[in-house]
Amino acid sequence: MSPGHYLALSAILFTIGALGVLVRRNAIVVFMCVELMLNATNLAFVSFSRMHGELDGQIIAFFVMVVAAAEVVVGLAIIMTIFRTRRSSSVDDANLLKY
Amino acid sequence: MSAGLTGHALAGHVASGQVLAGHVADKQSGEPFFFWLLAVVSVCAALGMIFMRKAVHSALLLATVMLSLAALYAIQDAPFLAFVQVIVYTGAVLMLFLFVLMLVGVSSTDSLVETIRGQRFWAAIGAIGFVALLAVGLGNAALGDSAGLKTANGDGNVVGLARLLFKDYVFAFEATSALLITAALGAMVLAHRERTEPKPTQRDLSKGRFLSGDHPGPLPGPGTYARHNAVDMPALLPDGTPSELSVNPIIAARTDTVERHVDLHGETEEEALGQDVAAVRAVTRESRDAGAESRVVKAGSPVAGAPSEGGAGGGSAGNEREGEAGQ
Repeated sequence: MSPGHYLALSAILFTIGALGVLVRRNAIVVFMCVELMLNATNLAFVSFSRMHGELDGQIIAFFVMVVAAAEVVVGLAIIMTIFRTRRSSSVDDANLLKY
Repeated sequence: MSAGLTGHALAGHVASGQVLAGHVADKQSGEPFFFWLLAVVSVCAALGMIFMRKAVHSALLLATVMLSLAALYAIQDAPFLAFVQVIVYTGAVLMLFLFVLMLVGVSSTDSLVETIRGQRFWAAIGAIGFVALLAVGLGNAALGDSAGLKTANGDGNVVGLARLLFKDYVFAFEATSALLITAALGAMVLAHRERTEPKPTQRDLSKGRFLSGDHPGPLPGPGTYARHNAVDMPALLPDGTPSELSVNPIIAARTDTVERHVDLHGETEEEALGQDVAAVRAVTRESRDAGAESRVVKAGSPVAGAPSEGGAGGGSAGNEREGEAGQ
Protein backbone atom coordinates (compact mmCIF):
# COMPACT_ATOMS: atom_id res chain seq x y z
CA MET A 1 0.00 0.00 0.00
CA SER A 2 1.41 3.37 -0.98
CA PRO A 3 1.43 6.29 1.46
CA GLY A 4 -1.16 7.96 -0.76
CA HIS A 5 -3.83 5.53 0.37
CA TYR A 6 -3.22 6.26 4.03
CA LEU A 7 -3.07 9.98 3.39
CA ALA A 8 -6.37 9.83 1.52
CA LEU A 9 -7.97 7.98 4.42
CA SER A 10 -6.51 10.55 6.79
CA ALA A 11 -7.88 13.42 4.67
CA ILE A 12 -11.35 11.87 4.59
CA LEU A 13 -11.42 11.29 8.34
CA PHE A 14 -10.22 14.83 8.95
CA THR A 15 -12.95 16.23 6.73
CA ILE A 16 -15.61 14.15 8.46
CA GLY A 17 -14.39 15.50 11.79
CA ALA A 18 -14.48 19.08 10.50
CA LEU A 19 -17.98 18.54 9.14
CA GLY A 20 -19.07 17.22 12.52
CA VAL A 21 -17.64 20.29 14.27
CA LEU A 22 -19.64 22.50 11.92
CA VAL A 23 -22.88 20.56 12.08
CA ARG A 24 -23.31 19.20 15.59
CA ARG A 25 -24.72 21.21 18.52
CA ASN A 26 -23.85 19.09 21.52
CA ALA A 27 -20.56 20.42 22.88
CA ILE A 28 -19.32 16.94 23.80
CA VAL A 29 -19.96 15.60 20.31
CA VAL A 30 -18.20 18.63 18.85
CA PHE A 31 -15.29 17.77 21.10
CA MET A 32 -15.31 14.18 19.89
CA CYS A 33 -15.15 15.43 16.31
CA VAL A 34 -12.08 17.50 17.21
CA GLU A 35 -10.54 14.31 18.58
CA LEU A 36 -11.32 12.59 15.28
CA MET A 37 -9.49 15.35 13.42
CA LEU A 38 -6.46 14.96 15.67
CA ASN A 39 -6.49 11.22 15.09
CA ALA A 40 -6.64 11.73 11.34
CA THR A 41 -3.55 13.94 11.45
CA ASN A 42 -1.83 11.31 13.56
CA LEU A 43 -2.48 8.77 10.84
CA ALA A 44 -0.92 11.14 8.32
CA PHE A 45 2.13 11.59 10.56
CA VAL A 46 2.59 7.85 10.95
CA SER A 47 2.31 7.33 7.18
CA PHE A 48 4.85 10.08 6.54
CA SER A 49 7.15 8.48 9.09
CA ARG A 50 6.97 5.21 7.21
CA MET A 51 7.35 6.96 3.86
CA HIS A 52 10.58 8.68 4.87
CA GLY A 53 11.93 5.80 6.89
CA GLU A 54 12.43 8.02 9.95
CA LEU A 55 10.76 7.81 13.33
CA ASP A 56 10.30 11.58 13.71
CA GLY A 57 6.75 11.41 12.43
CA GLN A 58 5.84 8.90 15.12
CA ILE A 59 7.36 11.20 17.76
CA ILE A 60 5.21 14.07 16.51
CA ALA A 61 2.16 11.83 16.58
CA PHE A 62 3.05 10.95 20.17
CA PHE A 63 3.22 14.63 21.09
CA VAL A 64 -0.10 15.23 19.36
CA MET A 65 -1.59 12.51 21.55
CA VAL A 66 -0.19 14.13 24.70
CA VAL A 67 -1.51 17.55 23.73
CA ALA A 68 -4.88 16.02 22.83
CA ALA A 69 -5.10 14.34 26.23
CA ALA A 70 -4.36 17.62 28.01
CA GLU A 71 -6.86 19.41 25.81
CA VAL A 72 -9.57 16.86 26.55
CA VAL A 73 -9.07 17.24 30.28
CA VAL A 74 -9.40 21.02 30.23
CA GLY A 75 -12.12 21.07 27.60
CA LEU A 76 -14.34 18.59 29.39
CA ALA A 77 -13.84 20.50 32.64
CA ILE A 78 -15.02 23.66 30.85
CA ILE A 79 -18.05 21.82 29.45
CA MET A 80 -18.88 20.53 32.93
CA THR A 81 -18.59 24.05 34.39
CA ILE A 82 -20.86 25.50 31.71
CA PHE A 83 -23.32 22.66 32.24
CA ARG A 84 -23.32 23.28 35.98
CA THR A 85 -24.21 26.95 35.60
CA ARG A 86 -26.49 26.85 32.55
CA ARG A 87 -27.89 23.28 32.69
CA SER A 88 -27.16 22.76 29.01
CA SER A 89 -24.39 21.25 26.93
CA SER A 90 -25.49 22.82 23.68
CA VAL A 91 -23.03 25.18 22.05
CA ASP A 92 -25.91 27.46 21.04
CA ASP A 93 -26.75 28.25 24.64
CA ALA A 94 -23.31 29.55 25.55
CA ASN A 95 -23.87 32.93 23.89
CA LEU A 96 -23.38 35.29 26.80
CA LEU A 97 -20.55 37.13 25.04
CA LYS A 98 -22.52 37.53 21.83
CA TYR A 99 -23.60 41.16 22.14
CA MET B 1 -25.61 13.54 0.34
CA SER B 2 -22.19 14.58 1.49
CA ALA B 3 -21.22 10.93 2.01
CA GLY B 4 -21.81 10.04 -1.63
CA LEU B 5 -19.86 12.98 -2.92
CA THR B 6 -17.06 12.29 -0.48
CA GLY B 7 -16.98 8.77 -1.81
CA HIS B 8 -16.59 10.11 -5.35
CA ALA B 9 -13.75 12.30 -4.24
CA LEU B 10 -12.15 9.32 -2.53
CA ALA B 11 -12.41 7.19 -5.65
CA GLY B 12 -10.88 9.91 -7.79
CA HIS B 13 -8.14 10.47 -5.32
CA VAL B 14 -7.26 6.82 -4.92
CA ALA B 15 -7.05 6.45 -8.68
CA SER B 16 -4.55 9.30 -8.83
CA GLY B 17 -2.67 7.87 -5.88
CA GLN B 18 -2.27 4.54 -7.58
CA VAL B 19 -0.71 6.23 -10.59
CA LEU B 20 1.83 7.89 -8.38
CA ALA B 21 2.57 4.93 -6.19
CA GLY B 22 5.83 3.32 -6.92
CA HIS B 23 6.83 0.05 -5.38
CA VAL B 24 6.75 -0.09 -1.65
CA ALA B 25 9.96 -1.07 0.01
CA ASP B 26 8.43 -2.76 3.02
CA LYS B 27 5.76 -4.76 1.36
CA GLN B 28 3.68 -6.82 3.72
CA SER B 29 1.42 -9.58 2.61
CA GLY B 30 -2.17 -9.02 3.55
CA GLU B 31 -1.72 -5.30 4.03
CA PRO B 32 -4.18 -4.25 1.28
CA PHE B 33 -6.89 -6.47 2.76
CA PHE B 34 -6.51 -5.02 6.23
CA PHE B 35 -6.14 -1.48 4.92
CA TRP B 36 -9.37 -1.60 2.94
CA LEU B 37 -11.23 -3.36 5.74
CA LEU B 38 -10.12 -0.83 8.33
CA ALA B 39 -10.58 2.12 5.99
CA VAL B 40 -14.19 1.15 5.28
CA VAL B 41 -14.88 0.46 8.95
CA SER B 42 -13.32 3.71 10.16
CA VAL B 43 -14.96 5.92 7.52
CA CYS B 44 -18.37 4.34 8.13
CA ALA B 45 -17.96 4.69 11.90
CA ALA B 46 -16.83 8.30 11.53
CA LEU B 47 -19.85 9.13 9.36
CA GLY B 48 -22.12 7.36 11.84
CA MET B 49 -20.53 9.34 14.64
CA ILE B 50 -21.61 12.56 12.95
CA PHE B 51 -25.12 11.44 12.11
CA MET B 52 -26.06 9.61 15.31
CA ARG B 53 -28.38 11.74 17.40
CA LYS B 54 -27.44 10.24 20.74
CA ALA B 55 -24.10 11.30 22.11
CA VAL B 56 -23.36 7.87 23.63
CA HIS B 57 -23.67 6.23 20.21
CA SER B 58 -21.29 8.82 18.83
CA ALA B 59 -18.80 8.03 21.57
CA LEU B 60 -18.96 4.28 20.87
CA LEU B 61 -18.49 4.86 17.14
CA LEU B 62 -15.53 7.11 17.92
CA ALA B 63 -14.08 4.19 19.88
CA THR B 64 -14.46 2.06 16.73
CA VAL B 65 -12.61 4.66 14.67
CA MET B 66 -9.83 4.88 17.24
CA LEU B 67 -9.41 1.11 17.44
CA SER B 68 -9.20 0.78 13.67
CA LEU B 69 -6.68 3.59 13.59
CA ALA B 70 -4.65 1.72 16.20
CA ALA B 71 -4.67 -1.31 13.91
CA LEU B 72 -3.56 0.90 11.02
CA TYR B 73 -0.64 2.15 13.13
CA ALA B 74 0.31 -1.43 13.89
CA ILE B 75 0.26 -2.25 10.18
CA GLN B 76 2.51 0.72 9.50
CA ASP B 77 5.32 -0.44 11.80
CA ALA B 78 4.31 1.77 14.72
CA PRO B 79 3.50 -0.76 17.45
CA PHE B 80 4.23 1.65 20.29
CA LEU B 81 1.81 4.23 18.94
CA ALA B 82 -0.76 1.52 18.34
CA PHE B 83 -0.70 0.51 21.98
CA VAL B 84 -0.64 4.12 23.15
CA GLN B 85 -3.66 4.74 20.95
CA VAL B 86 -5.55 1.88 22.54
CA ILE B 87 -4.51 2.66 26.10
CA VAL B 88 -4.56 6.45 26.10
CA TYR B 89 -7.25 7.25 23.57
CA THR B 90 -9.69 4.40 23.70
CA GLY B 91 -8.99 3.56 27.31
CA ALA B 92 -8.60 6.92 29.01
CA VAL B 93 -9.80 9.78 26.83
CA LEU B 94 -12.91 8.07 25.56
CA MET B 95 -13.87 6.81 29.00
CA LEU B 96 -13.50 10.39 30.21
CA PHE B 97 -15.91 11.39 27.46
CA LEU B 98 -18.36 8.74 28.59
CA PHE B 99 -18.05 9.84 32.21
CA VAL B 100 -18.86 13.43 31.28
CA LEU B 101 -21.73 12.24 29.09
CA MET B 102 -23.20 10.32 32.00
CA LEU B 103 -22.78 13.35 34.27
CA VAL B 104 -24.33 15.75 31.79
CA GLY B 105 -27.22 13.39 31.12
CA VAL B 106 -27.57 10.60 28.61
CA SER B 107 -31.02 11.75 27.62
CA SER B 108 -29.74 14.98 26.13
CA THR B 109 -29.99 14.73 22.36
CA ASP B 110 -29.16 17.30 19.78
CA SER B 111 -31.84 19.64 18.60
CA LEU B 112 -32.35 19.39 14.87
CA VAL B 113 -33.33 23.05 14.53
CA GLU B 114 -30.82 25.05 12.57
CA THR B 115 -30.00 28.29 14.34
CA ILE B 116 -28.09 29.56 11.34
CA ARG B 117 -30.11 29.13 8.16
CA GLY B 118 -28.56 26.77 5.64
CA GLN B 119 -25.74 25.88 8.01
CA ARG B 120 -25.80 22.18 7.25
CA PHE B 121 -25.92 22.74 3.50
CA TRP B 122 -22.99 25.10 3.50
CA ALA B 123 -21.07 22.86 5.91
CA ALA B 124 -21.51 19.96 3.48
CA ILE B 125 -20.42 22.18 0.57
CA GLY B 126 -17.38 23.25 2.54
CA ALA B 127 -16.51 19.66 3.43
CA ILE B 128 -16.74 18.57 -0.20
CA GLY B 129 -14.60 21.49 -1.25
CA PHE B 130 -12.04 20.69 1.43
CA VAL B 131 -11.85 17.05 0.39
CA ALA B 132 -11.45 18.09 -3.24
CA LEU B 133 -8.67 20.49 -2.24
CA LEU B 134 -6.84 17.79 -0.29
CA ALA B 135 -7.34 15.28 -3.10
CA VAL B 136 -5.88 17.67 -5.67
CA GLY B 137 -2.99 18.45 -3.37
CA LEU B 138 -2.28 14.78 -2.74
CA GLY B 139 -2.65 13.96 -6.42
CA ASN B 140 -0.09 16.56 -7.35
CA ALA B 141 2.36 15.63 -4.61
CA ALA B 142 5.28 13.46 -5.59
CA LEU B 143 4.86 10.96 -2.79
CA GLY B 144 7.00 8.30 -4.38
CA ASP B 145 7.99 5.13 -2.65
CA SER B 146 7.64 4.26 0.96
CA ALA B 147 11.08 3.86 2.44
CA GLY B 148 9.88 1.59 5.20
CA LEU B 149 10.95 1.52 8.81
CA LYS B 150 13.07 -1.63 8.75
CA THR B 151 16.32 0.22 9.47
CA ALA B 152 14.82 2.81 11.81
CA ASN B 153 13.15 0.06 13.80
CA GLY B 154 16.33 -2.03 13.79
CA ASP B 155 16.75 -1.98 17.56
CA GLY B 156 13.04 -2.12 18.08
CA ASN B 157 10.42 0.54 17.72
CA VAL B 158 10.44 1.59 21.37
CA VAL B 159 14.22 1.89 21.51
CA GLY B 160 14.26 4.01 18.36
CA LEU B 161 11.50 6.26 19.68
CA ALA B 162 13.20 6.62 23.06
CA ARG B 163 16.49 7.53 21.39
CA LEU B 164 14.77 10.34 19.48
CA LEU B 165 12.57 11.44 22.36
CA PHE B 166 15.35 11.81 24.91
CA LYS B 167 17.95 13.19 22.49
CA ASP B 168 16.54 15.39 19.74
CA TYR B 169 13.15 16.12 21.25
CA VAL B 170 14.10 16.33 24.90
CA PHE B 171 13.13 19.98 25.18
CA ALA B 172 9.71 19.33 23.68
CA PHE B 173 9.40 16.41 26.08
CA GLU B 174 10.10 18.65 29.07
CA ALA B 175 7.68 21.25 27.76
CA THR B 176 5.11 18.46 27.58
CA SER B 177 5.50 17.81 31.28
CA ALA B 178 4.80 21.48 31.98
CA LEU B 179 1.76 21.28 29.72
CA LEU B 180 0.41 18.24 31.52
CA ILE B 181 0.84 19.83 34.95
CA THR B 182 -0.87 22.98 33.70
CA ALA B 183 -3.74 20.94 32.30
CA ALA B 184 -4.17 18.98 35.53
CA LEU B 185 -4.18 22.21 37.55
CA GLY B 186 -6.59 23.82 35.13
CA ALA B 187 -8.98 20.89 35.35
CA MET B 188 -8.82 21.02 39.15
CA VAL B 189 -9.51 24.77 39.21
CA LEU B 190 -12.38 24.44 36.76
CA ALA B 191 -13.96 21.49 38.51
CA HIS B 192 -13.59 23.03 41.96
CA ARG B 193 -16.64 24.67 43.48
CA GLU B 194 -16.05 27.07 46.33
CA ARG B 195 -18.26 26.38 49.36
CA THR B 196 -20.10 29.58 50.19
CA GLU B 197 -21.94 28.31 53.25
CA PRO B 198 -20.86 26.01 56.07
CA LYS B 199 -21.22 22.32 55.45
CA PRO B 200 -24.61 21.09 56.75
CA THR B 201 -24.30 18.77 59.70
CA GLN B 202 -26.33 15.61 60.13
CA ARG B 203 -28.61 17.55 62.47
CA ASP B 204 -29.27 20.20 59.81
CA LEU B 205 -29.96 17.56 57.20
CA SER B 206 -32.38 15.75 59.48
CA LYS B 207 -34.21 18.98 60.35
CA GLY B 208 -34.50 19.91 56.73
CA ARG B 209 -35.87 16.50 55.86
CA PHE B 210 -38.60 16.48 58.50
CA LEU B 211 -39.55 20.17 58.56
CA SER B 212 -40.17 20.29 54.82
CA GLY B 213 -43.25 18.15 55.31
CA ASP B 214 -42.36 15.73 52.51
CA HIS B 215 -42.20 12.01 52.91
CA PRO B 216 -39.11 11.61 55.08
CA GLY B 217 -38.39 7.96 54.36
CA PRO B 218 -36.76 6.44 51.33
CA LEU B 219 -38.74 6.25 48.11
CA PRO B 220 -40.36 2.91 47.27
CA GLY B 221 -38.08 0.50 45.50
CA PRO B 222 -38.82 -0.48 41.93
CA GLY B 223 -40.58 -3.75 41.27
CA THR B 224 -42.09 -4.27 44.72
CA TYR B 225 -45.17 -6.51 44.38
CA ALA B 226 -44.93 -6.10 40.62
CA ARG B 227 -44.43 -8.73 37.96
CA HIS B 228 -40.68 -8.25 37.84
CA ASN B 229 -38.11 -6.71 40.11
CA ALA B 230 -36.38 -4.92 37.26
CA VAL B 231 -35.36 -1.32 37.91
CA ASP B 232 -37.72 -0.02 35.25
CA MET B 233 -40.80 -1.77 36.67
CA PRO B 234 -42.87 0.47 38.93
CA ALA B 235 -43.75 -0.85 42.36
CA LEU B 236 -47.40 -1.54 43.09
CA LEU B 237 -48.88 0.29 46.03
CA PRO B 238 -51.21 -1.62 48.40
CA ASP B 239 -54.28 -0.40 46.53
CA GLY B 240 -52.77 -1.73 43.31
CA THR B 241 -51.80 1.48 41.60
CA PRO B 242 -48.29 1.70 40.22
CA SER B 243 -46.07 4.13 42.09
CA GLU B 244 -44.37 6.66 39.87
CA LEU B 245 -41.90 7.47 42.60
CA SER B 246 -40.37 4.01 42.48
CA VAL B 247 -38.79 4.39 39.04
CA ASN B 248 -35.88 6.64 38.20
CA PRO B 249 -37.22 9.44 35.96
CA ILE B 250 -34.43 8.94 33.44
CA ILE B 251 -35.36 5.28 33.08
CA ALA B 252 -39.06 6.07 33.05
CA ALA B 253 -38.51 8.49 30.19
CA ARG B 254 -37.25 5.69 27.99
CA THR B 255 -39.98 4.07 26.00
CA ASP B 256 -38.29 0.91 24.83
CA THR B 257 -37.91 -0.68 28.24
CA VAL B 258 -41.26 -2.44 27.89
CA GLU B 259 -40.03 -4.77 25.15
CA ARG B 260 -37.27 -6.12 27.34
CA HIS B 261 -39.72 -8.00 29.55
CA VAL B 262 -40.09 -11.06 27.44
CA ASP B 263 -42.26 -13.17 29.70
CA LEU B 264 -45.41 -11.13 29.43
CA HIS B 265 -47.08 -14.20 27.86
CA GLY B 266 -48.08 -12.33 24.76
CA GLU B 267 -49.95 -9.67 26.62
CA THR B 268 -49.29 -6.01 26.37
CA GLU B 269 -47.66 -4.22 29.23
CA GLU B 270 -50.94 -2.56 30.20
CA GLU B 271 -52.80 -5.87 30.38
CA ALA B 272 -50.10 -7.48 32.46
CA LEU B 273 -50.02 -4.48 34.76
CA GLY B 274 -53.80 -4.61 35.00
CA GLN B 275 -53.62 -8.23 36.08
CA ASP B 276 -51.03 -7.41 38.69
CA VAL B 277 -53.16 -4.55 39.95
CA ALA B 278 -56.20 -6.79 40.19
CA ALA B 279 -54.24 -9.49 42.05
CA VAL B 280 -52.84 -7.03 44.57
CA ARG B 281 -56.26 -5.45 45.06
CA ALA B 282 -57.86 -8.82 45.67
CA VAL B 283 -55.22 -9.79 48.20
CA THR B 284 -55.35 -6.50 50.07
CA ARG B 285 -59.16 -6.55 50.20
CA GLU B 286 -59.22 -10.10 51.53
CA SER B 287 -56.53 -9.36 54.03
CA ARG B 288 -58.35 -6.25 55.16
CA ASP B 289 -61.52 -8.26 55.66
CA ALA B 290 -59.59 -10.93 57.47
CA GLY B 291 -57.76 -8.35 59.51
CA ALA B 292 -61.03 -6.93 60.70
CA GLU B 293 -62.01 -10.31 62.10
CA SER B 294 -58.81 -11.44 63.71
CA ARG B 295 -55.47 -9.83 64.33
CA VAL B 296 -53.48 -12.99 63.70
CA VAL B 297 -50.64 -12.10 61.40
CA LYS B 298 -48.93 -14.71 59.32
CA ALA B 299 -45.74 -14.04 57.46
CA GLY B 300 -45.91 -14.57 53.73
CA SER B 301 -45.94 -12.83 50.42
CA PRO B 302 -49.34 -11.26 49.87
CA VAL B 303 -49.11 -11.44 46.10
CA ALA B 304 -47.50 -14.71 45.14
CA GLY B 305 -48.85 -16.91 47.90
CA ALA B 306 -52.54 -17.67 47.92
CA PRO B 307 -54.22 -15.52 50.54
CA SER B 308 -54.28 -17.66 53.63
CA GLU B 309 -57.03 -17.33 56.15
CA GLY B 310 -54.91 -15.16 58.42
CA GLY B 311 -53.79 -12.87 55.65
CA ALA B 312 -51.54 -9.95 56.31
CA GLY B 313 -53.97 -8.19 58.54
CA GLY B 314 -51.47 -6.21 60.50
CA GLY B 315 -49.64 -5.31 57.36
CA SER B 316 -52.55 -3.76 55.58
CA ALA B 317 -52.78 -0.79 57.89
CA GLY B 318 -49.10 -0.13 57.46
CA ASN B 319 -49.37 -0.53 53.72
CA GLU B 320 -52.18 1.94 53.55
CA ARG B 321 -50.09 4.51 55.33
CA GLU B 322 -47.28 3.85 52.92
CA GLY B 323 -49.64 4.21 50.01
CA GLU B 324 -50.81 7.60 51.15
CA ALA B 325 -47.27 8.76 51.55
CA GLY B 326 -46.34 7.49 48.16
CA GLN B 327 -49.13 9.28 46.35
